[in-house]
Amino acid sequence: MAVDWFPLWLSLKVALIATALSLVIGLWLAYLLAHRRFRGMEVLDAATALPLVLPPTVLGYYLLVLFGRQAALGRLYEWLTGSPLVFTWQAAVLAAMFHAVPLLVIFARAAFESVDRNYERAARNLGASNWRVFWRVTLPLTRRSILAAAILAFARSLGDFGITIMIAGNIPGRTQTMAVAIYDAVESGNGALARTLVVIISVLAVVILSVANRLVARQAT
Amino acid sequence: MLELRVRKRFAGRPDSAPFSLELEFRAGAGVTVLFGPSGAGKTLTLDSIAGFTAPEEGRILLDDEILFDAASGVNLPARARHCGYVFQNYALFPHMTLRQNLAFAAERRPRLERHRKVNEMLERFHLTDAAGRRPHELSGGQKQRCSIARALIGAPRLLLLDEPARGLDAPLRAEFYGLLRQVRTEFQIPTVLVTHDLEECFELGDEMLILREGRLVQSGAPRAIAERPANVEVARLLGIFNLLPADIVELNPQLNVSRLRMGGFDLAGPYFPGRFRGDHVWLCVRPDQLAATVRNGAPGANQVPAQLLRVVEMPQSARLEFAGEMRVEMPRAEYERQKQNKEWLVGFPQGALRVL
Repeated sequence: MAVDWFPLWLSLKVALIATALSLVIGLWLAYLLAHRRFRGMEVLDAATALPLVLPPTVLGYYLLVLFGRQAALGRLYEWLTGSPLVFTWQAAVLAAMFHAVPLLVIFARAAFESVDRNYERAARNLGASNWRVFWRVTLPLTRRSILAAAILAFARSLGDFGITIMIAGNIPGRTQTMAVAIYDAVESGNGALARTLVVIISVLAVVILSVANRLVARQAT
Repeated sequence: MLELRVRKRFAGRPDSAPFSLELEFRAGAGVTVLFGPSGAGKTLTLDSIAGFTAPEEGRILLDDEILFDAASGVNLPARARHCGYVFQNYALFPHMTLRQNLAFAAERRPRLERHRKVNEMLERFHLTDAAGRRPHELSGGQKQRCSIARALIGAPRLLLLDEPARGLDAPLRAEFYGLLRQVRTEFQIPTVLVTHDLEECFELGDEMLILREGRLVQSGAPRAIAERPANVEVARLLGIFNLLPADIVELNPQLNVSRLRMGGFDLAGPYFPGRFRGDHVWLCVRPDQLAATVRNGAPGANQVPAQLLRVVEMPQSARLEFAGEMRVEMPRAEYERQKQNKEWLVGFPQGALRVL
């Protein structure tokens, strides 16, 4: 039985890019929430947790409305890049980010808040700018927790289904990620293929989780 | 020279009372100690100077440079204030070696000078051998020296210390006092030190500011304050006095004499200006100023019979606790001589009596 490796390769690519982008956005948001007190903070806090709570199809629907071919943002994207956002692999990246960012924000914020405030104060007192305090003190001290959170976000991105299928669709060879491919195989009665794909992704998930666990354990010592 | 005038209020919350800090003082050369019980606002004041927290009103000047001024909206960030800060528990960066900790503080300088400065500090504070180690591998004394070296490497104009000897055992504490004295001599930087340990005030302080509930209650040299506490509150905070309720019976300015009645006995003291006959006062006298002797017959002048409740024998002195909350402290040798007394008299030296 020939296995089409494209879904696996696509899932890995999507997850990697989504995690990288989510790290940039997520760490920035986590930093804001951990260090600053500003009006509307609770709103931001709730907003970042919301995607984890809303049903994926609801999120997918909102995204379609925002980024569809007729919508303003969708047209802007098409004008900038020459192709629509929906039903492309880039949409799969966006879909994955909607769970990766909240996860990263929650874990990174907890990690930042666990750093003894005096280290950061000492750094500032010794002349460091906020940026340097973050790079030279906060991040190194939370490195392993952040890495573990990133790995979890990666694992989550690997397996996204609901939002992905709504805004990226199920186009074999273009936007058919692993999770979608499994769904497709089951729906079309191809049990053997479904089983193979499921085993591959399960093994991958277990490996990823055990690596993450070991990293977190080492940070705790 | 540090000039400070600050005001900051914390509103009451469900589980804490409202707190208001209102303070004004100047700190010149030498060590100024902020002394007071926990919650008096000492660390808050230090943090305001360092720029970690902003007061609501007031002005902070360091060598005539404005660090903070509420009226004109100036609030220099912590990194621009050039104050060395030594934290409780040192706050040495755990993921950096000792050398890297020092280098971090010197990062604003060009590389060659930074290298030289770091090595100079390592030598000066006897840390060269430990330079490659991380904080958790250092001894208590090394961590102490490193935290002070790190605070000084940027040539600050002011040194701030937050209860630096708290929780240290006796040898480390002594080592630390020695270190600070050395720093004072060698670096000559005005220093503000926060503590609730009275011994530290006497060991290190040139000037002492007593804070209580956000207010300054007395300031002066530690010795002067110990001789003349401003009021009962200060006397209680210091904890080194007997405070005995008494009434003024007679005042004689011409002969510079007064008479007090305490617990049914008459005592003669110096003239107390600003008092009236009949005033109910607190007689303030230190345990080491009182004399305890054996009672043979009637008490003499300024002597009060007392019942001995308890003796606490300490390495160099003995503290005798009498009924009526009188405490007398005498050298061990003297106590050994008097140990067998069955009945006691406590003697009040006329010239040393104060009333509050």
